[in-house]
Amino acid sequence: MKEYKTINQIAGPLVFVEKTEPVGYGELVNIILSDGSIKRGQVLDTSDELVVVQVFETTAGIGRDSGIRFTGETIKMPVGKGMLGRILSGGGKPIDGGPEIVPEKRLDITGAAINPYARHSPEEFIQTGISTIDGMNTLVRGQKLPIFSGAGLPHNDIALQIARQAKVLGSKEPFAVVFAAMGITKEEANHFMADFERTGALERAVVFLNLADDPAVERIITPRLALTTAEYLAFELSMHVLVILTDMTNYCEALRQIGAAREEVPGRRGYPGYMYTDLASIYERAGLIHGVKGSITQFPILTMPGDDITHPIPDLSGYITEGQLVISRELHRKGIYPPINVLPSLSRLMNLGIGAAHTREDHKKVSDQCYAAYAEGNDLRGLVAIVGKEALSERDRLFLEFADQFEDRFVRQGPNEDRSIVQTLDLSWELLSMLPVEQLVRIDRPLIEKYHPKFRGEKKGAPAQAAPQG
Amino acid sequence: MRNQGILKRIAGPVVTAVGMDAHMYDVVKVGKEELMGEVIKIQEDMTIIQVYEDTSGIRPGEPVVNTGLPLSVELGPGLLKSIYDGIQRPLAVLITKQGNFISRGVSAPGLDRTKKWEFKPVVKAGDRVGPGSILGEVQETNIVHRIMVPPKVKGSVVKSIKPGSFTVEEVVCVLEDGTQITMMQKWPVRVSRPVKEKLNPDIPLLTGQRILDGLFPIAKGGTAAIPGPFGSGKTVTQQQLAKWSDSEIVVYVGCGERGNEMTEVLTEFPKLVDPKSGKPLMERTVLIANTSNMPVAAREASVYTAITIAEYFRDMGYDVSLMADSTSRWAEAMREISSRLEEMPGEEGYPAYLAARLSEFYERAGRVLNLNGKNGSVSVIGAVSPPGGDFSEPVTQNTLRIVKVFWALDAKLSQRRHFPAINWLNSYSLYLDALQGWYDREVSPEWNKVRAWAMEILEKEAELQEIVQLVGSDALPEEQQITIEVARMVREIFLQQNAYDPVDTYCDMTKQFAMLTAIRKYSEYAYAAQAAGVLLPQIIAVKSKGELPQIKFIKDYKPALEKIMASMDAEFSAMRAG
Repeated sequence: MKEYKTINQIAGPLVFVEKTEPVGYGELVNIILSDGSIKRGQVLDTSDELVVVQVFETTAGIGRDSGIRFTGETIKMPVGKGMLGRILSGGGKPIDGGPEIVPEKRLDITGAAINPYARHSPEEFIQTGISTIDGMNTLVRGQKLPIFSGAGLPHNDIALQIARQAKVLGSKEPFAVVFAAMGITKEEANHFMADFERTGALERAVVFLNLADDPAVERIITPRLALTTAEYLAFELSMHVLVILTDMTNYCEALRQIGAAREEVPGRRGYPGYMYTDLASIYERAGLIHGVKGSITQFPILTMPGDDITHPIPDLSGYITEGQLVISRELHRKGIYPPINVLPSLSRLMNLGIGAAHTREDHKKVSDQCYAAYAEGNDLRGLVAIVGKEALSERDRLFLEFADQFEDRFVRQGPNEDRSIVQTLDLSWELLSMLPVEQLVRIDRPLIEKYHPKFRGEKKGAPAQAAPQG
Repeated sequence: MRNQGILKRIAGPVVTAVGMDAHMYDVVKVGKEELMGEVIKIQEDMTIIQVYEDTSGIRPGEPVVNTGLPLSVELGPGLLKSIYDGIQRPLAVLITKQGNFISRGVSAPGLDRTKKWEFKPVVKAGDRVGPGSILGEVQETNIVHRIMVPPKVKGSVVKSIKPGSFTVEEVVCVLEDGTQITMMQKWPVRVSRPVKEKLNPDIPLLTGQRILDGLFPIAKGGTAAIPGPFGSGKTVTQQQLAKWSDSEIVVYVGCGERGNEMTEVLTEFPKLVDPKSGKPLMERTVLIANTSNMPVAAREASVYTAITIAEYFRDMGYDVSLMADSTSRWAEAMREISSRLEEMPGEEGYPAYLAARLSEFYERAGRVLNLNGKNGSVSVIGAVSPPGGDFSEPVTQNTLRIVKVFWALDAKLSQRRHFPAINWLNSYSLYLDALQGWYDREVSPEWNKVRAWAMEILEKEAELQEIVQLVGSDALPEEQQITIEVARMVREIFLQQNAYDPVDTYCDMTKQFAMLTAIRKYSEYAYAAQAAGVLLPQIIAVKSKGELPQIKFIKDYKPALEKIMASMDAEFSAMRAG
């Protein structure tokens, strides 16, 4: 392999190389430093005069005397069954002291787009054991549902709880977790690892760790390595794979850093204009394929800068993903875990995975009713702040009380509390029974008669569950 | 003419070739793998090309071949029921050729070359035909596909024409001047197909959605924009339109949208039954799916592919609706390409020609008199996805300057589960005046008055709500409390519509008129009773009023409505008497 010594410029993570033989776009590049160590990079722009290489590690130590070798191929990820249980760096090298991965295949990390016509519509209900998700923002297999969080909020704990508890009812199919960390602290990473080890999840997991002090540019490839692995596990080994990507905000920062180094025209807030396409090339690598057994379900986590949901990162993510779970600082301050605010949260695929065939016939209506009642109660809090509780009508006071109880009993649950969907739905009914029956306008009468504690109590002669009193 | 050059530079989807003669928008084959691309800039000896496929691994020095043809679509029998990518490659064929993932360097013709279609001539030898003239018919699905003389063929006399079974490449008709006509024609996507003249948009495109038909109608051949912050029900609204609008052909382009969402369209459309024909909705639909992770240049082309197909069906004399979801993704594709070209950016990094491109595109909509004398229309309903829900951003603003109807989806409404979540205060339609005559004739001379009344009530409510927020509704005078109650009825009974209810999902104009009239009647009774001294709680608690919402869900609603109105009359009479 030819080695060039024709570097003419180094700027940030970019190295400019002159007078080369034809080099392919996207090719993997090895940069040989004077001490013999090797750094890796990728071709971003190629012409017969100049090649621009983006280096995945720090450019410290690279000088005009460094050698450049073009490998002639795009970045490939060696994948194999032996990856389960392994911990790899953000660049895909083992860092758990174990042997190199024995590759069964080497796959292009860019990944091709799934032909929309080959996709299978997601419809299998995943029970996470968390009421706010199962009951109100149901997750289905093959969905990509991000967690929109903020600095200092317990999004990692929620992600872990989901990874621990997520299951498809009545299914014993093989599953795996692919965890990709981008720019998180060692402490956070340890937290994840300890939990994986404690629960034995590590055996079924592949972990990619790019920590806060690892090169930022490496973050560009970490999620792609993770998803390439996930695609191998899902579509070749027929596993159901849950992919957790944290923290996508760090990924986007790395993207902006490279854009700036290339002196590109910046888009909103300095992020590159192609960020939507770039994020799509990550998030869209989820789903199901006709006639193929495995699946990829994605849980990207991102922290919204300044808790601002209109910031380009959450905004563009929300346009690609199928909904979002929004973590609320207000609920967190109230000491409620998991502080998922159901009002701005949404699961776009919810309707595909609920109902008589998947969960229970009353699911949709109960969920809508809880949502509406909580929204109303929540609105009334604003009014109470102005006019005081005394000025409210009797009806309004009930809704206000409902909102409080909803947060305290439905939203709040233990980090190891695994509620079944039936428990979640019954709990919804119990809370709804605080309200007069005629206020439950979103639920059909037959469903009310079948599930409402009041009616159930009468019919079966069982002791009626007492409505909680404020 | 040098039709072959070599690659000089590759930077993502934009590549530069040298040593080749080309014209703007020529289609070229790039590299050894012959990836499809399009010339977008010429500078001295350099030809700058946007490539519709991933360019990884392509090197300088590889060949580039100019086909000399602009990016075109194939038009003919076989379009309906098809699912294409942005450059008219059938997705089903791509699966058989390359599997579940879309790799590159595969070409597939837009129309099936082997399938035979039964052609029935409608002209005979000796007839004089001109551009656009209809030569014959093919029963494609339940839609009759009219085979036309291509627009650029000069007028002549039919020499021979034969019925029978043909593929799209076989000659079905020969003209005196020697022109051979097949059932397939090609048309460059960036050029609009010619028409004789544009007509006034004075017929509404009925959608069966009360807030659209009733308050903010779009005309056949009109343009509308639906903006929506994410999660405001934009997709459901568009799908409702595709299902229910009274256009004969639907072209749906998913431009840069989610894969699973496209799958939902792809799995749901074939299951949907067209209310008019009883056949699957797919039979009159062409789908174009270019998801967000498919190549960006093909996304840029996809809306042009879609509107060219729409124009082709319009030329046959059909009313066509084009749904573009989402034009923001299209604009972003333009921005991405422009930034790779290192062009001077306009607002927020969008190219300076953004406004021109958008208006060019929307101007291809319209109700027209075709070359063959038939009337047809293309209505364009474009979704915009303003980042952060900020309507002041360039794509939304430039779109609003062109389109005549704005259906303002509102995340707050959808959070309150008010669907369709279209904000009645911010939406508008500029077709109201043009359509007034139609409503007078076809619905009732009273319609325009009732509509104006409803808008006024909603407007008043908005004003009163500001006061209610501060002091509570009990502090308002009784008359205004009635206004608020009536407005609530308009919102909950008339505006809210359940897309998933078999009856409520579609509501014809007669029923819309009846519903609104009934609410207005209640309001008249209520004000009169209040003036006569009846207590407010009594007026509000009228029993028959509580039954009014049920009307939505009853198919044969007339007897039920009459009964409700009769008992309302009785109740109010009793009140005044008591």
